[in-house]
Amino acid sequence: MNRHDTMPAGDRPGIGPPLWLLAELTYRCPLQCPYCSNPLDFAQTQQELTTEEWTRVLRQGREMGAAQLGFSGGEPLVRQDLPELIAEARQLGYYTNLITSGLGLTEAKVNAFRDAGLDHIQVSFQASDPELNNAVAGSRKAFDQKLAMARAVKEAGYPMVLNFVIHRHNIHQMNDIISLCERLGADYVELATCQYYGWAFENREGLMPSRAQLEKAEADVNTYRQRLADDGSAMRLIFVTPDYYEERPKACMNGWGSLFLTVAPDGTALPCHSARLLPIEFPNVRNSSLHSIWYDSPGFNHYRGDSWMPEPCRSCDEKGKDFGGCRCQAYLLTGHADNADPVCSKSPHHDRILAARKAADHATAGLEELTYRNANNSRLFFRG
Amino acid sequence: MERTPRLRPGFRFQWEPAQKAHVLLYPEGMVRLNDSAGAVLKEVNGQRTVADIVAILEQQFPDAGSLADDVSEFLKEAEQQHWILFP
Repeated sequence: MNRHDTMPAGDRPGIGPPLWLLAELTYRCPLQCPYCSNPLDFAQTQQELTTEEWTRVLRQGREMGAAQLGFSGGEPLVRQDLPELIAEARQLGYYTNLITSGLGLTEAKVNAFRDAGLDHIQVSFQASDPELNNAVAGSRKAFDQKLAMARAVKEAGYPMVLNFVIHRHNIHQMNDIISLCERLGADYVELATCQYYGWAFENREGLMPSRAQLEKAEADVNTYRQRLADDGSAMRLIFVTPDYYEERPKACMNGWGSLFLTVAPDGTALPCHSARLLPIEFPNVRNSSLHSIWYDSPGFNHYRGDSWMPEPCRSCDEKGKDFGGCRCQAYLLTGHADNADPVCSKSPHHDRILAARKAADHATAGLEELTYRNANNSRLFFRG
Repeated sequence: MERTPRLRPGFRFQWEPAQKAHVLLYPEGMVRLNDSAGAVLKEVNGQRTVADIVAILEQQFPDAGSLADDVSEFLKEAEQQHWILFP
């Protein structure tokens, strides 16, 4: 069989299509969560892509084989053209996911999005009670709004995924969180322990749970999972534990430039939503087609394959499994993105992970001591 | 055999040319189906019973012999995977 008859035109041997496209429509957000994955200097970003530019990106992505599309941000609801983008995406054949804080959502919008073809709305919560939720989010009315919108999403017939970012200040709430999700009728619950990039890296000491906290939480989740199974409940719990407590790194993004393509609000194309912090030049959809970005740009080819790896990854028999871990984590913790992810116990920099674990055992910082994600704090980062 | 399977709400079944395969899409996830799984799920529409689906597939693949066991077993697995429901 001639490969070129059936594969998307212009593909390269060994590089599969980007099956997952993440459209970060904006960095604007009404919330101030101190673990936000947006860049620290987000306030510097000018000129969001226009509706026409996003439409072009969606078409090009779909032609290349992207099937999953996430609308995220910031808060994607602040984009007035969201219904238009949803309709376009659905018509192209994407499975469309809206990843939202719920702020700015209304019942009318929930229904209008459904009519436009939106497949799924994921609502994020910060905690199981209004006090803690609103303190973390930096917004007094957030929790009640989220509850109302979760109910509206359910009412409109969407599959319901509720997402909780877990850290040392809410990790004791596992039972309350899951029970809240059960009452709301969630289909999936993501209990995603903080990953330390962006604002979360800045606030790591104030966010990272201790090992004791983590073990208790894992036991709580397992007990609850068993109870759900006994009750015949279809609700699924997905507990993402922090890699800082692992001895081998995660297979980050399933490999660099392997499945995921993120487009940032200003059109910068990235192999993951954190990669912007790396000292690598990334292409922009304003100047290049998505196809040439994915297959030909130096940024996307930088860490493909394994010829870039130094030791201990180079001679490691697990390099095909975890690809040396996360480039952003290597850069943040060692100053060099080529290094092995220090999560790996074979990394010469693993002591930095051990130090973070030790710090988590003795951390005392309260929520009020964290640096909240807002435009004022962001400006401090790029003014230096 | 008289039960009527349907896809779980939020799941979508479609052909993906780039993957040359049928896939199941669901919130933030995708399963690439092999040919036989694709052939069975293609007939799951909330109207056809398991017996209907078996009959359609046996007509499509006359050389395959009886498919009742294979189809039932696959649908059972698909139910356990939370892809389909038997309301």
